[in-house]
Amino acid sequence: MSSPPFLDLRHIRKEFGSFTALQDINLEIRKGEFVCFLGPSGCGKTTLLRIIAGLEIQTSGQLSQDGRDISLLPPALRDYGIVFQSYALFPNLNVTDNVAYGLVNRKTSRPAIKQRVTDLLKLVGLPGSEAKFPGQLSGGQQQRIALARALAAAPGLLLLDEPLSALDALERIRLRGEIRALQRKLGVTTIMVTHDQEEALSVADRIVVMNHGVIEQIGTPLDIYREPASPFVADFVGKVNILPARVIAGELLFGSMCLPCEGPDREARLYLRPEDVLARPIAAGDAHVFDASIDKIEFLGSYCHVHVGSPALGSHKLMVYLSLNFLSEQSLEVGSTLALKLLPERIKVF
Amino acid sequence: MSAVLPGPLTRAVKLKQHWVDRLAHLLIGLIALALIAFLAAPLLSILLQALQGHDGEFIWFDNFVEYAKTPALLGSLWNSLWVSCAVTLIVVPLAFTFAYALTRSCMPFKSLFRGITLIPLLAPSLLSAISLIYWFGNQGVLKDWMQGMGITQIYGAPGILLAECLAVFPHTLMILVTALSLSDARLFEAADAMGTTVWRKFFTITLPGAKYGLISAALVTFTLVMTDFGIPKVIGGNFNVLATDVFKLVIGQQDFAKGAVVAILLLAPAVLTFGVDHYVSRRQTAMLTARAVPYSPKPSPVYDRLMTLYCAAIAALVLAMLGMAVFASFASFWPYNLSPSWRHYELGLLDAEVGVAFFNSLKMAAGTALFGTLLVFVGAYLLEKTKGVELLHGLVRLLAVLPMAVPGLVLGLGYIFFFNAPANPLNGLYHSLTLLTVCTIVHFYTTGHLTAVTALKALDSEFEAVSASLKVPFYKTFWRVTLPVCAPALIDMARYFFINAMTTISAVVFLYSPETKVASIAILNLDEAGEMGAAAAMAVLIGLSSTVATLLFMVLAWWTSKRTQAWRGR
Repeated sequence: MSSPPFLDLRHIRKEFGSFTALQDINLEIRKGEFVCFLGPSGCGKTTLLRIIAGLEIQTSGQLSQDGRDISLLPPALRDYGIVFQSYALFPNLNVTDNVAYGLVNRKTSRPAIKQRVTDLLKLVGLPGSEAKFPGQLSGGQQQRIALARALAAAPGLLLLDEPLSALDALERIRLRGEIRALQRKLGVTTIMVTHDQEEALSVADRIVVMNHGVIEQIGTPLDIYREPASPFVADFVGKVNILPARVIAGELLFGSMCLPCEGPDREARLYLRPEDVLARPIAAGDAHVFDASIDKIEFLGSYCHVHVGSPALGSHKLMVYLSLNFLSEQSLEVGSTLALKLLPERIKVF
Repeated sequence: MSAVLPGPLTRAVKLKQHWVDRLAHLLIGLIALALIAFLAAPLLSILLQALQGHDGEFIWFDNFVEYAKTPALLGSLWNSLWVSCAVTLIVVPLAFTFAYALTRSCMPFKSLFRGITLIPLLAPSLLSAISLIYWFGNQGVLKDWMQGMGITQIYGAPGILLAECLAVFPHTLMILVTALSLSDARLFEAADAMGTTVWRKFFTITLPGAKYGLISAALVTFTLVMTDFGIPKVIGGNFNVLATDVFKLVIGQQDFAKGAVVAILLLAPAVLTFGVDHYVSRRQTAMLTARAVPYSPKPSPVYDRLMTLYCAAIAALVLAMLGMAVFASFASFWPYNLSPSWRHYELGLLDAEVGVAFFNSLKMAAGTALFGTLLVFVGAYLLEKTKGVELLHGLVRLLAVLPMAVPGLVLGLGYIFFFNAPANPLNGLYHSLTLLTVCTIVHFYTTGHLTAVTALKALDSEFEAVSASLKVPFYKTFWRVTLPVCAPALIDMARYFFINAMTTISAVVFLYSPETKVASIAILNLDEAGEMGAAAAMAVLIGLSSTVATLLFMVLAWWTSKRTQAWRGR
C-alpha cells in the first residue's frame, strides 16, 4: 500500500470483567473506504465501533486516525459523526435544530448554519422538513435526519451502528442504497456495523467478518463470498451445503464421488454453495455429473430451493437453486429425477 | 502455531480527560460529599451513640442490654409492634378492595373516590388524630356511642389504631392501585376461553399478579405506623410507643444512648421493608412484558353497585374525618358554642405566633422544592448519563436510595447527634432553617430520585454519545434536551417535596428552635398547650396551603408542557 492507512487499529483488546469481547484486533482502513463489520450478535462488532468512537475504552491497544494517535482521546476530541440504530434524535428539537446541533457550538454564523441545514436536508432527500419534529417523521426519515446531523460538521469518519435494523424491509433496502450513493459522493470514510450479510455484501468496499471477538476474514464482498477463509465465514455469509468428506491420498471422497484435493489425509467438511450445482447447461461427457431425485421444493417466487438426494451422495442431501421456469419447462416435481453438475473449482474443503 | 495468544502489552488504558468530564466528576463528588455529611454521618453517629456510655467510652452492647432490662421501654416495643401489625391487617384488605374497585370494576365516580381518599396526604398525619378527639374524645360527639361499644376512652391504643388507619390508607391505596393496574388482559381472555369461574380467576390470576404489590403495601404500612410520631403524640395518652419514647428519652431525659438504641430498633423494620421492597419491585417489573394488553373491566350491575357502596362508605369516613377537623377549627367554643368564627385562626396565627411558624414552613417547603429538585435531578442525571469513577457512582447510588429505609425520626435524631456536637464545623447550622430544609430534602430524597431516574431512563441512552461526537459538552445537551423533556417529572418532584415539607413532623421535631419553628410542629405545641381548636385550625391551614400549592403546580405543569412538550403526541 502506498499511502498510510486513514484508520489504523493495532492489537485492540477489550475485556468486560472476565469476558473477553475483543482479542488482538488489527485493522487498516483506507481513506474513502466503505467498510462493514459483519458478524452475529455478541461477536464484538459494536464494541469495536464504540472503541473507535471513544465511547468504550479498549483494555489495551492503539488506534490512530489520519496520522494522529487517538487511543487516549475522549469522544469530543476525535473526528467522527455517528448514527445509531435508535436514531437518537432529540425529540424536543425540530429537524433544523437537530441537524444544526453540532454547528451552533462552532460559532458558525446563523445564515451559514441555515444554508448548511438546507443543503444537508437536500442531500439526504428530505428538503422542506426543517420545522418538523422527529415524532412526525417515519423511521426511515428519522434515520436520514440522523445521517444529516452526523454529516453536518463534515467529519473525516462516519460511523454507522446498525443504522437500518429498526426499519422495515423495503425501507432498509432503499436507505442502504442511498447511504452508499451518499458515501460515494462525499468520499467520507465509513464504517457500518451490521448483522445482515446481504446488507454488507451490497454496500461495502470491504467486509470485516467477526466472530467471538476475533476477525475471521477481511476482504471484498466477492472474496468473502467466493473464498471464505474459514468454515464460519462460509456458513455465515450466504447459503451453503455442508457435506462430510474424507481426504485420502490426494483425493477428496464424498458419497461415491471423488475429486482431486491437496493436503494430508483427514476427515474433512465440504462446503458447496447451492448455485454451484448446475442443472444446465450439461453437455454429454461432462465430468462431475450425477443423477438426483427431488425430495422437496420450497417455492420462493422466481426461483425455488430444491432439496435433492442422490445415490452419488450417499445418505446426504443437497440444496440447489432452480428457476421456476426450468422446473415447469422440465415438468419437475417432487419425486422427479434430473441430472446435476458440480463445479469442483468452487468447492471449499475445511 | 502456539496455543497461547501473542498477548499484546497489557497495560491499563485510560482516556485523557476532557475538562467537561472533569466537571461532571467534580459535581458528582460534591453530591457524594453532601450525602455523606447529611445522611451517612448522622446515621453513623446514632450507631456510635448507641455503643457508647455516658462519658463517651465504648461499651459494646451494654445500652441494648440495659434497654432490655427496662420493662417500661420493652412495653413500648411490644405496643409499637402489635399496633403496627393490627393496622396493617386492617388497612391492607380495606385498601385492596378499594383499589380493586378502582381498577377492576365499572363503578361510576372513580376519580372522585380516588381524589377524596388521597386528600389526607395534603395535611399532616396528625390531622386524623385531632379529628378523632372531636368525634370520640372527652367532649366528643360520639363518645357515649363509643363507650356503649365497650371502649372506655379514645386516648390510647384505640385512638392510635383508628387514626393510623385513616392516615396510612392513602399510602397503602396508591401502592395497591399501581399493583392492580399492572395486569394483562390476555390472561383473563385465555381463562375465559377455558371457562374459568370468577373466583378461580381471582385466585389464579389477580392475586398472584398483585402478590408483590400486596407484600410491598403491607411492609410500607407497617413501617409507616411503627415510625409515626404525630398521631401517638396527640392521641396516645399514656399508651407509649417507640416513636414517643425516642422523643421523651432524648428531649425529656437527655438520655442519648437509650434514644439511639430505640432509634436503631425503629430503623430495623424500615431497613427490612426496604430490602424486601427492593427485591420485590425487581420481580414485579420482570413479570409484565411490553406486549401486555391492559385490562379493561366489563360492566356488571350488581358487582359494580356493591363496589360503589363500599367506596362511598370509605370516602364518607375520610370526609367525616376531614370535615370534623374543618368544622371544629371554625367552632367558637367546642362543644358549647358551635357558631362559626375565626377565633382559632386568629389565636393560632397571631397570639401563639404560628404566623411566623407558618411563614417558616412556606420558606422551608419552597427551599426543599427548589433545591431538593435541583440536587436530586442533577444527581440522578450524573448517575444515569455520565461516565465516571465507578466507585463514586456506586456510593451515590447507594446513598440515594438509603433515605427510603430511614424513618424521619431516626434521621432527625442523627442530625442532633451529629450537628449538635461542638467539634463539628457544621455545628453553626444546628437549629437553622437551612438545616431543617436539608434534613427534609434528605428525608424525601429517594422518591424524588426514583422519579428522576425513571424519567431519565426513558430518554435515548445515546444522546450523550451523539453530543460528544458533535463536540457539544454534556451540560449543553442537559440544558437543551434533557431538562425540557423531563420538565413534567421535575414539576412532579417539586410538588412532592413541597407538600411533604409542609406536612412533615418526624424529622424536624428534633431540629427546630423557637425562631425556626415550622407550622406542623406548632400544631403539636398547640395541642400540648390544650389549644385543640387552634391546632385543628393550623392543620386545616396546612392542608389548605398544600392544596393551593398542588393547584399552582398543576398550572405550572400545564404551562411548561405547553412550552416544552409541543413535540409530544402529534
